[in-house]
Amino acid sequence: MAGKLEMRECYGQALVEAGRENERIVLLEADLRKSTMGELFRQEFPERLFEVGIAEQNMIGMAAGFALTGWIAVASSFAVFASGRAFEQIRQSVALPRLNVKIGGSSAGLTDTGDGATHQSIADLAIMRALPNMTVLSPADGIEMKGAVKAMLEVDGPVYIRVGRIAAPTLYDEDYKFELGKIVVMRPGKDVTLAATGTMVHVALEAAELLAKDGIDARVLNVHTIKPLDEEAILAAARETAGIVTVEEHNIIGGLGSAVAEVVSAAGGGPVVRVGVEDVFGQSANSYEELLAAYGLTPANVRAKAQSLLQRA
Amino acid sequence: MSSQELIQDLKERARQLRRDVVEMVYRAQSGHLGGSLSAAEIVAALYFHQMRIDPQNPQDPNRDRFIPSKGHAAPILYAALAARGFFPREDLWTLRQVGSHLQGHPDMRKTPGVDMTSGSLGQGFAAGLGMALAGKLNGQDYQVYCLLGDGELNEGEIWETAMAAVHFKAHNLIPIVDFNKVQLDGPVSEIMPIEPLRAKWEAFNWHVLEIDGHDMNQVVEALAEARRLDRCVVIIAHTVKGKGVSFMENRHQWHGQPPNEEQYRRAMEELGGGQE
Repeated sequence: MAGKLEMRECYGQALVEAGRENERIVLLEADLRKSTMGELFRQEFPERLFEVGIAEQNMIGMAAGFALTGWIAVASSFAVFASGRAFEQIRQSVALPRLNVKIGGSSAGLTDTGDGATHQSIADLAIMRALPNMTVLSPADGIEMKGAVKAMLEVDGPVYIRVGRIAAPTLYDEDYKFELGKIVVMRPGKDVTLAATGTMVHVALEAAELLAKDGIDARVLNVHTIKPLDEEAILAAARETAGIVTVEEHNIIGGLGSAVAEVVSAAGGGPVVRVGVEDVFGQSANSYEELLAAYGLTPANVRAKAQSLLQRA
Repeated sequence: MSSQELIQDLKERARQLRRDVVEMVYRAQSGHLGGSLSAAEIVAALYFHQMRIDPQNPQDPNRDRFIPSKGHAAPILYAALAARGFFPREDLWTLRQVGSHLQGHPDMRKTPGVDMTSGSLGQGFAAGLGMALAGKLNGQDYQVYCLLGDGELNEGEIWETAMAAVHFKAHNLIPIVDFNKVQLDGPVSEIMPIEPLRAKWEAFNWHVLEIDGHDMNQVVEALAEARRLDRCVVIIAHTVKGKGVSFMENRHQWHGQPPNEEQYRRAMEELGGGQE
């Protein structure tokens, strides 16, 4: 444990490892492979890497074509372009025909810190979650990234996976077994629940430490699979604790917070408080930490939201 | 069959396909006539002559593929699939009905023989490119035919694919432009002109075969030529929107309008006798 792992490198390495075991995997890239780390795959399997240039729409269509003939087609781009520029291709040519295409949304969330709002993705989870047939993954650390990539390649159908452009604190041991669709209880607790996704899981864990000092026993959930959502674990948290604080590097509209609120309200309700980007676009910053602080994606803010939820309850 | 007999047979097939298209859209009171009628010779030549397909084994990995990237031409595809025995001809009369396997636009998960879901313009060609490259990677020799609309060429994605196909030497991908000169809102030359079309494809390093898309001899020859040539070949087929029904020809109003009873009768009269 301890230390940090580059999420993108883990994505690229996992694809290489999968490529060694399975000769039926192709990777498509749109002139960002040195950033998405699809480059690692190219180095080992140049004949199975298709560099399509800056043409995300064609890339997704081509991936669909490969899937139609029995290949597992992985296509990477920045999350904002994959889910935005190529959305309609994903909808019509991948999700609707239920094809075996995997989409890697790189530089996700605010992790393309310097490039600003144009390159930051705060709606990709919402967009992808709303598509029938789509599985949506958002791993929390490098170890989980590798497990999630492996798992997504075993799914027979469309999968979107979020990949941050950061070295994320490692939360898991090497022997961690990723289980698609199953929430991981990172820390048991009975007072309040912090449900986080992606690299916000470690923010939630730090918030839980702070809350512990306040005498509050917080449960921390790692929601690595946004869809299909592990409703059982969400409802257990709603039942067994005073309420749920969701934490995501995403707009509070449409992502994890919305998904959790949908499940809880359908089951009769209970407090859900959403921590995330509050329906504004991102901006450039010198450091990722600065940007997270600007949008309240910090342990201190999560702690404050948890406290106010408990006061209401 | 002599080549003359073949041409006669294919012409007759095209006429029957047109009849089924009009019948389908009339019964459904919904669907796209103009762009189906303009492609009748092309689709007949593909499904009754050029393509290597087996209705008993619609998923044969070595089959040739056809993607109507202009997915609104679904009726002409369905007519051809039924005529080739992929499903019973009676199914045609369920077009666009709830529960029918014949959707308004082709759905590969519902209709036997449909190779790819299409309907959002510009996308089928890209999927065709992926299929073509996969075939090369697999060491298979199948061909992938894509029917492109002229209005569809307004879509930027078409040109992304056109650029990439040449780069990847996808010689087994054969786009056929159904150049019927009319799009939904009006003439292509007024809505969004695409001329000089030949020069556009040539500028993208394609070899262009320009034909009369209603001359069955030319259609059959162009398809054979495209398959034979070891380079990227596009067939630009000059056609007439609504071809075969005088009052529908060249009229954008018939892009997506169903005929009423009187129009239906006149259309069927003009198209000649049916087979029962």
